[in-house]
Amino acid sequence: MLDYDFMRTAFVASGLAAVLAGTVGFFLVLRGQTFAGHALSHVGFTGATGAILFGLSPLAGLVGFTFVAGIGMGLFGEKLATRDVAVGMMLSLALGLGLLFLHFYTAAATQATALLFGNVLGVDSSALLTLAVLAVVSLVALAMIIRPLIFASLESELAEARGVPVRFVSVAFLAIVAVAVAECAQIVGVLLVFTLMVGPAAAAQNFSRRLIGGMVLAAGFALAEAWGGLTLAFYTDWPTSFWITALSGLVYLMSLAARFQVR
Amino acid sequence: MSALEFDHVTILLGGRNILTGASFQIEEGEFVGMLGANGAGKTTLMRAALGLVPVASGAIAVLGRPATRGNSQIGYMPQNRGAITSLRLTGWDVVAASAIGARFGFVTLDKATRREIDWALEEVGARALARRSIGELSGGERQLVLLSQALIGKPRLIMMDEPLISLDPAHQKDVVDIARRICDNLKIAILFSAHELNPLVNAIDRVLYLGGGEAVIGAVEDVVTGPVLSRLYGAEIEVVRVRNRYYVMAGDVDVERDAHRHDDHAHSHA
Repeated sequence: MLDYDFMRTAFVASGLAAVLAGTVGFFLVLRGQTFAGHALSHVGFTGATGAILFGLSPLAGLVGFTFVAGIGMGLFGEKLATRDVAVGMMLSLALGLGLLFLHFYTAAATQATALLFGNVLGVDSSALLTLAVLAVVSLVALAMIIRPLIFASLESELAEARGVPVRFVSVAFLAIVAVAVAECAQIVGVLLVFTLMVGPAAAAQNFSRRLIGGMVLAAGFALAEAWGGLTLAFYTDWPTSFWITALSGLVYLMSLAARFQVR
Repeated sequence: MSALEFDHVTILLGGRNILTGASFQIEEGEFVGMLGANGAGKTTLMRAALGLVPVASGAIAVLGRPATRGNSQIGYMPQNRGAITSLRLTGWDVVAASAIGARFGFVTLDKATRREIDWALEEVGARALARRSIGELSGGERQLVLLSQALIGKPRLIMMDEPLISLDPAHQKDVVDIARRICDNLKIAILFSAHELNPLVNAIDRVLYLGGGEAVIGAVEDVVTGPVLSRLYGAEIEVVRVRNRYYVMAGDVDVERDAHRHDDHAHSHA
């Protein structure tokens, strides 16, 4: 399987995206902002289709749009990012706009499928380099804010009183989420970003009572699911994204069973 | 030097006067209970001392220095707990998160910090509780674990915002007793806000009563009287004292209990 160049690239690309998505997703779940993450991926769809329409790289459109939207969401405050109706409206509006862009760009059926459901086997070496740089930068940025982020996520009032710049931390975090969403969308598509960002993180929080341990577990689950999905796709010829969602669902179900058995 | 000093402080919030030229002092090592109707400004007063709410005029001093954000000499226990009650994380991890949570960059828990966390948990008798999930603890047990956070960083003033809310009487007594012990053993001043005076009355040194923009501090028997409270509430108040229990009545309604149950009604007192 690893004799093929495109498979090696796919393993590296999905590995990078999975580790980033699992780690960032852990905090997204901890903060109760999973829906905001989902909405960001739809904004990414608008960005990517817009970029295609104007002859730019879809990856650039994806990253650029989610990044700006992430910062915007953060600036509007925690309340917006956790308000279902506002986020839901933004999400559907973004998806609708993306559809309009696709409509103008007529020969787009395969592009659309790749954006919506991912195309990990189509990642070329220049895209791989971009993904690697973005993943490293995001993980370093996350490491820099990790302690204030945890504190503000658990007890925002106390964190504020202790002098943590809660608003800045929130904006910085959503900017990192935006990059993770864009990475993830390359692998499983904008519609299935949940599967790598939220599934492994939610499962990890069911399995583990610890913070750092849970975060590592979330990254580990995401990595195992991404690579497992690729391997299964190689041998069955079914879509990679399907296998990743199936594994993600399975791990989450197991975590639920483990959690309620313990009780 | 006072642990906390308000000097003619006026605070405006949302176009409303929360405090109007209020002055009082809390001495070092003193245990003060803070009372007042909902909306009287108990939380706002604490947030102002933390430097989170600006004062319109007057000055607030904490241990002789002007109030600023992130003052490590204040331990704080906010009322609003948000999502923490549904988490599976251990109490120890939650306390640790607060202990090093104000620092950016690559920060690891060093031995000294771990020891301080264990010490703080030991002081409030929550060492064993902290090994369990914060979400699985009862309200009273969780309150003890969270109280330990206020001890970290060697504060000289601890402010606890309604720590007794929705606790059963036995746990209320635990929290009050531990606060008294912290005050005595560690010589830390404590400002402890509550809806009802009675759970606190035997433990506190003095009472700080808020109402109508005013703040009155003094011994319980001097402050919790009909004339003083009538002025603070802006309504005819009668205080009935049975042994060492106080009932604050407006007509035939028990004001403190009423404030506890009917949030929006009580706002009209403020």
